[in-house]
Amino acid sequence: MVLVLALGDMHIPHRAPDIPAKFKSMLVPGKIQHIICTGNLCIKEVHDYLKTLCPDLHITRGEYDEDSRYPETKTLTIGQFKLGLCHGHQVIPWGDLDSLAMLQRQLDVDILVTGHTHQFTAYKHEGGVVINPGSATGAYSSITYDVNPSFVLMDIDALRVVVYVYELIDGEVKVDKIDFKKTSTSVPAL
Amino acid sequence: MMLDGTEDEEKFLAAGIAGLQQNSFYMHRALDSNNLRDALKYSAQMLSELRTSKLSPHKYYELYMRAFDQLRKLEMFFEEETRRGCSIIDLYELVQHAGNILPRLYLLCTVGSVYIKSKEAPAKDVLKDLVEMCRGIQNPVRGLFLRSYLSQVSKDKLPDIGSEYEGDADTVSDAVEFVLQNFTEMNKLWVRMQHQVGKNLHVLSQIEGVDLDMYKDVVLPRVLEQVVNCKDELAQFYLMDCIIQVFPDEYHLQTLDVLLGAYPQLQPSVDIKTVLSQLMERLSNYAASSAEVLPEFLQVEAFSKLSNAIGKVIEAQPDMATAGVVTLYSSLLTFTLHVHPDRLDYADQVLGACVKNLSGKGKIEDKKATKQIVALLSAPLEKYNDIMTALKLSNYPRVMEFLDIPTNKVMATVIIQSIMKNATRISTSDKVEALFELIKGLIKDSDATPNDELDEDDFKEEQNSVARLIQMLYNEDPEEMFKIIETVRKHILTGGPKRLPFTVPPLMFSSLKLVRQLQGQGQEENPFGDDSATSPKKIFQLLNQTIETLSGVLAPELALQLCLQCAEAANDCELEPVAYEFFTQAYILYEEEISDSRAQVTAIHLIIGTLQRMHVFGVENRDTLTHKATGYSAKLLKKPDQCRAVYACSHLFWVDDHDNMKDGERVLLCLKRALRIANAAQQMANAARGNTGSVMLFIEILNKYLYFFEKGNPQVTVAAIQGLIELIMNEMQSDTATSDPSADAFLATTMRYIQFQKQKGGTVGEKYEPIKV
Repeated sequence: MVLVLALGDMHIPHRAPDIPAKFKSMLVPGKIQHIICTGNLCIKEVHDYLKTLCPDLHITRGEYDEDSRYPETKTLTIGQFKLGLCHGHQVIPWGDLDSLAMLQRQLDVDILVTGHTHQFTAYKHEGGVVINPGSATGAYSSITYDVNPSFVLMDIDALRVVVYVYELIDGEVKVDKIDFKKTSTSVPAL
Repeated sequence: MMLDGTEDEEKFLAAGIAGLQQNSFYMHRALDSNNLRDALKYSAQMLSELRTSKLSPHKYYELYMRAFDQLRKLEMFFEEETRRGCSIIDLYELVQHAGNILPRLYLLCTVGSVYIKSKEAPAKDVLKDLVEMCRGIQNPVRGLFLRSYLSQVSKDKLPDIGSEYEGDADTVSDAVEFVLQNFTEMNKLWVRMQHQVGKNLHVLSQIEGVDLDMYKDVVLPRVLEQVVNCKDELAQFYLMDCIIQVFPDEYHLQTLDVLLGAYPQLQPSVDIKTVLSQLMERLSNYAASSAEVLPEFLQVEAFSKLSNAIGKVIEAQPDMATAGVVTLYSSLLTFTLHVHPDRLDYADQVLGACVKNLSGKGKIEDKKATKQIVALLSAPLEKYNDIMTALKLSNYPRVMEFLDIPTNKVMATVIIQSIMKNATRISTSDKVEALFELIKGLIKDSDATPNDELDEDDFKEEQNSVARLIQMLYNEDPEEMFKIIETVRKHILTGGPKRLPFTVPPLMFSSLKLVRQLQGQGQEENPFGDDSATSPKKIFQLLNQTIETLSGVLAPELALQLCLQCAEAANDCELEPVAYEFFTQAYILYEEEISDSRAQVTAIHLIIGTLQRMHVFGVENRDTLTHKATGYSAKLLKKPDQCRAVYACSHLFWVDDHDNMKDGERVLLCLKRALRIANAAQQMANAARGNTGSVMLFIEILNKYLYFFEKGNPQVTVAAIQGLIELIMNEMQSDTATSDPSADAFLATTMRYIQFQKQKGGTVGEKYEPIKV
């Protein structure tokens, strides 16, 4: 059982003062094995905070990020799954599933994680799974109205991944989960 | 024990004096008859009286003085003896035969004095010897007096500069060394003695019979009398502290008058402020311990008594350091906050008194004082957990005026942290105004100090905390919120170019949130409506002017991004001219100020992505903007970037939800243009490096063909797709091809996708059927 935290688009301090206290109390150091962050943190303090949660931290560059050295895309393998990470402002039209699927094919990954729209989504299609963890702070977005703070926790176990999405709605944390299974190791179609 | 023992002490003293006088009588008789041995014997016996433990230092002193007088006469005798030929070294050795150590040492010191005068040995050696030997007496009282005696007799014999005792071997440093050593040992004994005295008080407090009445009527007056009469500043300080620590707080409350009344009677050099502060601290903690005791405080009017006492102390010590004054007020404030938490007027009074005292001193720069002022100002924050309550204290900002810039910043940071921690919402423009006045050290450069040499990281942290603060300023009522925005804007515009990139974005996004809120409330652009009401249009005007400040300021990329955000928001409000204006600004920024290649690529993608979503533009405007965007795309520096930007532009001609925005031809034109650029890139690679580069770009374009093919663009035909697939295959198999595993993988997944679509059946399957892979 490998826990992967996926989150992003905090936009601290431009659009939000901090990650919600209820989220912070849930995110305890030492429980998570990997963190993948879609970008737009925007400042070093957020990077340092994430680093305290888990040393294996992967970040891709959002257009407002203070640190311009983050890569545009990143791929990594966790267990039997290949994961791809990209902020998403580079994929036009923004939030369009078919365009995201193209990126997924290009990176050749089972799970693609992108952000930018601040809207939580988890799509399954022939190429694999596309996940958007939303905005961890519920930051303003020109694309999505009424953003609730959200993040995703993936539990990767052999050929199965359970995606837990945590959303802060009216002050309460609500959890939902989605199951995905890989049919075999060679064919990435989930 | 001081109380019951006083009578006994008198008896012991009397006995001691009697014994002393008797032995000195015999000693004199021996001196007169030149009987050295007897003189020594009786002097030793006389000195034995000083071995007593039964006397307080006060009484011991009386005994000691009499012994001292006798020893003077003995010393003169010793001098005469040496003149008569008696060896001083023999004498020095002889006195060491005295039975008990204390008399022995007094005699040694006396002889030692003569020894030094004789110059038969270096002064340094004799003094060193004596100081070391005195270590033999560790009892505080006896030791102190012995060493005091040693200081006395050696005073004029220190090998000081110009003194007759200075020789090659003896120098000033030896003299200093001697005195220091003696002093150090005396200090140790003194401290020990104090503990003993303090212990007395402690024992007193443990006696069960000492209830409040006895304390008030008997114990306290007597103890205070002793303290005042001893006239020793160190003792007084220590003893006052003991009284406070040792007796219960309720007693102190009930005897506040008496206690405070004693303070002016103490020696002027006593550190009264510390004593007072400690008293107030004790009482504060007492008040904090339980709410039930609070009425007591009111009943004895503790606050006014302490206030007055402090006032008097400060008046009596005009030279008191600023740090000390502030500490006093700080303790009083803490006391007030604990005892009278609802009496803001009391707290304000304390701050007011402090202000009055500090006025005329200008900006306080002494580190200790500023530290105390920060503590003073932090106290209400911690107590009320609400900066707004603290701001109700009219003197609060006045105290902050006295801080120099670095300390103002420290305090401002404390305030911001308090707001963040307590998630305080600041909800009116007046409060915002007051707050920003307080934290002005962070907001702008001060005129007084020139460019602050601040570490870059620290500066960033500072400004980021201001940015976070801006998020906490909010009111549901749009009118008030707009006022808040205007107030913040006014302040941050004074911040100068270094600060704007940090402070403008949060202000902007707060404004855009307000726009959205107004949208939600269905505010239409009413041509006959009240022009002064807050409207999206008004907000956009403000934002327009604000973003302008960023463009000249080395943050053009940020300015461009913000323009695009505003454009999208204007789009959602159906304000076509406003949206167009923002786009124009963005384009100008792109053309004139963004020259870094990487930044251009990002900017282009943002422009295309935003433009793709705009539905508010009429055909002409849209065409102009689209044309420009494709133009920029084709002019990017690197060919691959050009290619990708151009095929991204294809989406500008195809918007899913709007049938009249689906121009299949222009989509294909874009894709073909991208193809040409990809070809050119291949040729360049061939010419420059001798091999064709990766086919990655072609595969990307193929995927875009598939995208529009699926969307139903009639211009994207099976033939076109087929042709592109063959092109790719040829390129890959050519001799000059470079292998690129990621391109191979991409092609593989693309082919797999086509297969998958074919197998889907239905209309999709039919569409894909003719494509051969």
